[in-house]
Amino acid sequence: MTNDELIWRIAGGSGDGIASTSQNFAKALMRSGLNVFTHRHYPSRIRGGHTYTEIRASADPVKSRGDGYNFLLALGDSFARNPQQNAYYGNEEIKPLSENLDELREGGVIIYDSGLLDASEIEDFDERVEENNWHVYDLDLRTMAREHGREVMRNTAGVGATCALADIDLEWIEELMTDAMPEKILEPNLEILHEAYDMVEEEYDVDAHDVKIPEGEHDEEQVLMSGSDAIAYGAIDEGCRFIAGYPMTPWTEVFTIMTQNLPELGGISEQVEDEIAAAALALGASHAGVKAMSGSSGGGFALMSEPLGLAEMTETPVVLVEAMRAGPSTGMPTKPEQGDLEHVLYTSQGDSHRIVFAPGTVTEAYTQTRKAFKIAYEYQIPSIVLYDQKLGGELVNVPASHFDEDPNPSLGSTLTEEEIADAPHDESGKFSRFRYDTPEDNGVAPRSIPGQKGGRFLATGNEHMPEGHISESPENRVFQMDKRMRKLEAIREELDGDGVNNTLHGEEDAQYGFLTFGSSQGTVEEAVDRLNDAGHSVKSLGVSEMAPYPVEQVKEFIESVDEVLVVEMNASAQFRGLTQKEIGQYGEKLSSLLKYNGNPFEPEDIVEGFEVNIVENDDHPHTRTKFVPAAGD
Amino acid sequence: MSAFSAIGEGKEIDRNDYTPGLEPQATWCPGCGDFGVLKALKGAAAELGKSPDEMLLVTGIGCSGKLNSYFESYGFHTIHGRSLPIARAAKLANPGVEVVAAGGDGDGYGIGGNHFMHSARENHDMTYIVFNNEIFGLTKGQTSPTSPMGHKSKTQPHGSAKQPLRPLSLSLTSGASYIARTAAVNPNQAKDIIVEAMEHDGFSHVDFLTQCPTWNKDARQYVPYIDVQDSEDYDFDNTDRREAAEMMHETEDALHEGKVLTGRYYVDSDRPSYQEEKQRIGEMPEEPLAERYFDDSYEWERSYDQFLDKHK
Ligand SMILES: Cc1ncc(C[n+]2csc(CCOP(=O)(O)OP(=O)(O)O)c2C)c(N)n1
Ligand code: SF4
Repeated sequence: MTNDELIWRIAGGSGDGIASTSQNFAKALMRSGLNVFTHRHYPSRIRGGHTYTEIRASADPVKSRGDGYNFLLALGDSFARNPQQNAYYGNEEIKPLSENLDELREGGVIIYDSGLLDASEIEDFDERVEENNWHVYDLDLRTMAREHGREVMRNTAGVGATCALADIDLEWIEELMTDAMPEKILEPNLEILHEAYDMVEEEYDVDAHDVKIPEGEHDEEQVLMSGSDAIAYGAIDEGCRFIAGYPMTPWTEVFTIMTQNLPELGGISEQVEDEIAAAALALGASHAGVKAMSGSSGGGFALMSEPLGLAEMTETPVVLVEAMRAGPSTGMPTKPEQGDLEHVLYTSQGDSHRIVFAPGTVTEAYTQTRKAFKIAYEYQIPSIVLYDQKLGGELVNVPASHFDEDPNPSLGSTLTEEEIADAPHDESGKFSRFRYDTPEDNGVAPRSIPGQKGGRFLATGNEHMPEGHISESPENRVFQMDKRMRKLEAIREELDGDGVNNTLHGEEDAQYGFLTFGSSQGTVEEAVDRLNDAGHSVKSLGVSEMAPYPVEQVKEFIESVDEVLVVEMNASAQFRGLTQKEIGQYGEKLSSLLKYNGNPFEPEDIVEGFEVNIVENDDHPHTRTKFVPAAGD
Repeated sequence: MSAFSAIGEGKEIDRNDYTPGLEPQATWCPGCGDFGVLKALKGAAAELGKSPDEMLLVTGIGCSGKLNSYFESYGFHTIHGRSLPIARAAKLANPGVEVVAAGGDGDGYGIGGNHFMHSARENHDMTYIVFNNEIFGLTKGQTSPTSPMGHKSKTQPHGSAKQPLRPLSLSLTSGASYIARTAAVNPNQAKDIIVEAMEHDGFSHVDFLTQCPTWNKDARQYVPYIDVQDSEDYDFDNTDRREAAEMMHETEDALHEGKVLTGRYYVDSDRPSYQEEKQRIGEMPEEPLAERYFDDSYEWERSYDQFLDKHK
């Protein structure tokens, strides 16, 4: 099956340009007509420390990183040795080779930079090479790069050598380098690319192995996009022109993309003193009539809890983005997990509500961010886009036409001055902004914006009367509470009406089901295909509406199968818990497959989990995942 | 026509226009210094000819935070300590709106201290009034960041072991470009200072001494007060940072020795506001951002046309 897909892993030290090299390489493969999916693995450290990026390329659609990989380019970590303190970091230099052997498939190819790495430092290297029928090429990429002036160019040399061995047309790489590089560095890079390619072609038997690039073709133009890109572009297209934030991995990516693009669009970005301020700024801008967002990751989002509640009570629209990483506390900053679901659903005091979307793919990240804004501004309620480090960082090809949508600058339920003049006011001249006899009876009372004539009102986090004055009247309290809750029913109805968010996959009348949420969706779908190919009968539902929960749709799914395995990346089965709470029945039909070791699911984890736990009905422990049987089992 | 026609409309405004027609909902105690702020603010708004529909008053939590209930305008009564970030974003979103933030000493110098420092540093074009009664009022009389050393309360039964915070000096160090102190017992000066603060292009900080007869019975009620600009005993150049700093120290030392000094302590009219700086470096549009959402002829750009090429 080696020709079906190339899974290329480039490994080196943080700061060695692994990310940018792999991004360019992925783009070149996409341009050549292949589908690509990248997976990033990096430590919470800026220079030095083992990092890798994997690119999976196939003519068929790719939805996950796949299982293992078949081509390793090990570059050596140029920051592993500290020149001042000899070998300060120990023998980390060898890690890009030694750390990556476990997952390399049988028959795979290894190129390593013998200018920086010495394979003989790995005790059992030769035995493992023989055992697994690996094809090893030790190339002195470092010296080659030095001869051309700059040591970082060993990445380009490595790409050249890869192309020779995997039979990749250099044309795609050249074209991309010409697009991406300034004149000055382009020349030497092109030179070294060719030199490495020719050298390998001439001196080695490139056909000794069968790991070759597949051939593919796209029927429409593609773009290489990450989840973070898609969230930022979704916000921009929905008319968001104000963002406030404070850096925290992995949310920083969305914040950075927005900050770099907003001024060009006449928008405003603010890096502020902390996350409480960030959320508060977004509220202030929205109150003053601008589409605004903020966001953070776990710890920073915790600080936003009180502004979040204020947004709901004052019915100020706002979109917050929550990028999950492994917790609790600062946890594992660069590792994915889906452990903030409950945090996002329930944080903030009182009977508080917010809308939560958890997109499963890069394309959904775009459409659902747009939807998050639309709902927030139409219904004057905070909405949250919940995603994780995996979705934020993975690069995949998406048809460019997916983004060819009209912008939506509508501020939602606001009034013009003429409309305000016709709307009810109290005797002081204050506009009845929080009237509970709402025009559409859906809990939404259109608002005014400061500076509009006749529109003044008081927004307050305390319970309040229609014009905003603080009130503890029991009657008013019930009216206002009911009004705010009425919106949720209306939103559920609107989401059911468009029916596009929660993704069904597999055979309609399957015997077993997988239920999952957020970024695990693609991997589950790939596992579903494999299982069906192997003669099982399964399907999946990737749920991306967390609140209000799509009760009817999920219920129907559970009812249609014998048993359901709920797949999620956390240790306490939060999504299964939510599902059971919302549905209120069928607990005995749901069991869990959990992974929380800092790495995302691989399709094989799910295939194995299903076969062992569901088909064989065995709950023996796995190495990487954990099975939690159904309630009452 | 502008979508915000209240902006600049003002003119024939009377202080009564800022009085809510409804019975006020808030509940300040008789004799509370907060009434002095209310009076001064109404006077200032009328003098400036701001209409209630073009003003946004953003408050924190506390007795002071209830100012909105007595003052007729657009209002945002927010959460404890967070009035400033909300206010400054509203100003960036629609610079035409007159933005005033207000809150107590616990609110502004305690829980919101970080925001105070940074709002001053950035020099947002807005006015910030701190009701400094040296105590937590609404939560019933606990020691606040400005309470004097040795101050006894239910939460500091042995007397506070902490030095009081020095709001004027802190403000100067942080970067505010207009800094004044006034007192509720001095309504005319208070009104004039708030007028100046609102006219000033930059972050104007008014530390407003307000007595709390309910919880701070020992409070000296800030009388007699001295206006440093009127008194022959004080001669300093309030446009000079160092002289201003010196005078602030003297004022802050004197307060707990029973001498209440008030006046304009620092005025820097040359420094551009944050908004101007941001526009200068191309990070903020010249036209108010909020206007754009009401402008049907505005051409909205989208990612497909602007950014997708670099992903191809
Ligand atoms: C996060 C948070 N912590 C505590 C409180 C309780 N609280 C309400 S008002 C207040 C003190 C207000 O004191 P100050 O700012 O001096 O205002 P004053 O009431 O004296 O005008 C406190 C602690 C709160 N509302 N929110
Ligand atoms: S408790 Fe003090 S600050 Fe609060 S209203 Fe009463 S007198 Fe004023």
